[in-house]
Amino acid sequence: MSELTASELDKVRAILKREPNETEVGIFTVMWSEHCSYKSSRIHLRKLPTKSDRVLVGPGENAGIIDIGDNYAIAFKIESHNHPSFIEPFQGAATGVGGILRDIFTMGARPIAVMDAIRFGPLDDPEHGARNRRILEGVVGGISHYGNCFGVPTIGGETAFESCYNGNPLVNVFALGVFKHDEIFFGRATGIGNPVIYVGAKTGRDGIHGASMASSEFSEDSMAKRPNVQVGDPFMEKLLLEACIEAMHTGAVVGIQDMGAAGLTCSTCEMGSRAETGIDFDLSLVPQRETGMQPFEIMLSESQERMLLVAEKGREDEVFAVFKKWGLDAVTIGTVTGDGILRVKDHGVVVAEIPNRELADEAPLYDRPHNVAPYRAAPMEAPAFASKDLNSDMLALVASGDLCSKRWIWQQYDYTVRTNTLAGPGGDAAIVRIKDTDTSIAMSVDGNGRYCSLSPREGAKLLVAECCRNLSTVGALPVAATNNLNFGNPERPEIMAQLVEAIEGISEACKFFDTPITGGNVSLYNETLGDAIWPTPVMGIVGTLKTARPITMPFKNEGRPILLLGGLGNCDATRFGGTQYAKVVLNNMWGLPPALDMDYEKRVQSAIREIVNSGHAESAHDVGDGGLAVALAESCSGGMGAKISLASDLQPELALFHEGPSRVVLSTANPDAVIEIARRHNVECLNIGVTMKSRLRIDNRSDAWIDQSIVKLAEVWENALPERLAPVHA
Amino acid sequence: MRFGVVVFPGSNCDHDAWYALTHNLGHSAEFIWHDSGALPAVDAVILPGGFSYGDYLRCGAIAKFSPVMKAVKLFAAGGGLVLGICNGFQVLVESGMLPGALLRNRDLKFVCRPVGVRVESIHTPFTGSARAGQILTLPVAHGDGCYFADSETLASLKNDDRVVLRYVDNPNGSLDGIAGICNEGRNVMGMMPHPERAADMLLGCTDGLVILESMVQTFGVQTFGVQSVAGAPPLSR
Repeated sequence: MSELTASELDKVRAILKREPNETEVGIFTVMWSEHCSYKSSRIHLRKLPTKSDRVLVGPGENAGIIDIGDNYAIAFKIESHNHPSFIEPFQGAATGVGGILRDIFTMGARPIAVMDAIRFGPLDDPEHGARNRRILEGVVGGISHYGNCFGVPTIGGETAFESCYNGNPLVNVFALGVFKHDEIFFGRATGIGNPVIYVGAKTGRDGIHGASMASSEFSEDSMAKRPNVQVGDPFMEKLLLEACIEAMHTGAVVGIQDMGAAGLTCSTCEMGSRAETGIDFDLSLVPQRETGMQPFEIMLSESQERMLLVAEKGREDEVFAVFKKWGLDAVTIGTVTGDGILRVKDHGVVVAEIPNRELADEAPLYDRPHNVAPYRAAPMEAPAFASKDLNSDMLALVASGDLCSKRWIWQQYDYTVRTNTLAGPGGDAAIVRIKDTDTSIAMSVDGNGRYCSLSPREGAKLLVAECCRNLSTVGALPVAATNNLNFGNPERPEIMAQLVEAIEGISEACKFFDTPITGGNVSLYNETLGDAIWPTPVMGIVGTLKTARPITMPFKNEGRPILLLGGLGNCDATRFGGTQYAKVVLNNMWGLPPALDMDYEKRVQSAIREIVNSGHAESAHDVGDGGLAVALAESCSGGMGAKISLASDLQPELALFHEGPSRVVLSTANPDAVIEIARRHNVECLNIGVTMKSRLRIDNRSDAWIDQSIVKLAEVWENALPERLAPVHA
Repeated sequence: MRFGVVVFPGSNCDHDAWYALTHNLGHSAEFIWHDSGALPAVDAVILPGGFSYGDYLRCGAIAKFSPVMKAVKLFAAGGGLVLGICNGFQVLVESGMLPGALLRNRDLKFVCRPVGVRVESIHTPFTGSARAGQILTLPVAHGDGCYFADSETLASLKNDDRVVLRYVDNPNGSLDGIAGICNEGRNVMGMMPHPERAADMLLGCTDGLVILESMVQTFGVQTFGVQSVAGAPPLSR
């Protein structure tokens, strides 16, 4: 368990001008934990762009908010639940969903979409395979359980497998909600004398010190921390959502904040700090489901499905009536004061007295040493390699963990509830319509630990570019972003250097693509027994588009020209070392991630948006992991194949499987119009073939490279994940 | 036509049903709170999908005790149309308004996907507008949709032409592929697939309107399909 350091304790003494008591130490410990205070990352997070014309609320609130026109706005954020999901996969993931949903509806927005980025150790790992399969089943089950019952569609995400996640899976959950401009609420305890009201589930001993747990590495006794993982109740959360939104509509609610990490402690002190007020409350009034709880236990409990709200004095009964209707506890536990002090009493006796602002905003800020090269294990130099059989390489790739169909996972998620899902899981980007407007929201969540371990800076830029390209491929204009930074122990300079490089890369790319960061989450200490995960920033980027039937990935009609917008790209052996081909076929890794020309990327994205939105594309799919050949195979997943003729001078493995960005495969009935749009954007656009029935055939000049039945490809692609999971049930 | 959509704590397809009835079908619909002892003046009642009362104990097991279900039973006894969708089907079964039980899916996992559903009987107020044997594409989204009944019950369901909908490709292990059944009076139907999620061309399919439109035609009311955002036709047929 992370504890206050000697210097942090000195700082506490300076703030209090006395020795802290046990409860106060507990409060400072969680509020100043890495998880709550971002003490190692804050100094670098300031480098991120956070503003644009559309941003209504940036970082610092429970979720960022952007304007989408027509008096509507969306709130969205991504958050991790990595540590709990390793210790107790089902509940860890479930409460991860619950936590981020509360972050959205505490702002007043109704959640309308969830996406997940989840990462595990390989399912066929000789030593850890069984555990990895169990963790995946648990995590997927937990997400499914919570999101489905709550009634929010889980519309996409990504799943990846690397050995570095064997002892430390990543569960990053993105949620997005919608509301009107005048329905936005903040976590602010304004109005001296206003009542502070506790609503929702009762407080128990679960999750005590969860925030601190999430701020330390795993050791051999980590499983003893299972009691630190909370238990979620999505039904309770659904009631809480409806009751909170109804209560907000009464006009009697002044401010509201969910109780997430560090529970009552964090909500009281943050609400007071933001409003520059104090909060005076009595623990004995807090609804409890266990007896004999100590003050620090009530303060630090992370029991789920609870909120703290401040109501207008004299209008409490309007709030109580709503919560009574929904069968939920709502109790006044204290009042807003003008002295800026968080004053915690127990049966009238003061047990903690801390200045709010210092507690919330004067957490230690560390500029941790990072003046070294970011840690990497892979060599720079490329080995010699030559394919034995391109067809079997292709099958191996589509069957691989990262590239195979994830239907087994997303079919367990209700992705159609709320009847807004225009594009669900399995495509480049997911899309939900906003009812009563002509606007839809596209979203893409993406990470790539492989690229980032080779170069955190370049990898991070590639991620931003990829997310934006995913959105552009469905016709959406990328407008804002959230990020989840998953890294190892920041006290190690070579890990801290990874974090700094990645943040700077994200910053540069987000500025370039005009997608400011409106909030997010940092998850550090992702290490088990001294082994850090690869640097794994995960981006969630949202875009807007006009509501319409979406253009999807699969080829649809026979005899249509296939165009490769952006061209074949270039790649040398060094830049090939982070590809799926290197991983799956060569079982190796080296060099650098693919080269990115951001200027060219931006032009490609503008071009594909125009092509899609002018109705010229019958299908569109961006080239990503696995390169051109895998993008083509995925485009054949709808039952229509392709005959491709390339004219590349690269060695076949590179031409087919390099992962150079800035490329989109599309089929069209109007190739001339598409090529004209590309020309206007100064982007290469090659006519590389034609759709045809039953086979995917790729020739390069007179050489036959790939010739595969699409039925076989689809079979291998669809069956790979269920087959790998089968031993769970053996 | 006036529809009533029951809202239990934990219902989460209530708004979807309301939206499909009002915006896609072009009729009026209002919500009915679970503690209502009497129904407002409505022509048909929808029990929507979701997790009523958290679906603790068994799906629908607590909802059957709610005040509104007494009123729904009375309404049905008087010949009123009642359609239970997904959790609503589970509630109807638990309430004894329909026979049988809905068990955990065969592979013990929640399943969300579009499925083919064959209309086995057009002699109900819910399928009167369909062609006999018509295949509808409708989404399912449930963890407990495996229909089960004893052999006598199954035999009587079949003899009485009360198996209204069957899966083309059974997603949950339901007995005899049953996706939807009706009561003896044929005015109460339960179905696991979601017609309200297939009522808008923007979402890719409008086959669900066949079910909703049938209810309207039973009433002999002219439909004025409201154009949805993409200008989808009110009917797919």
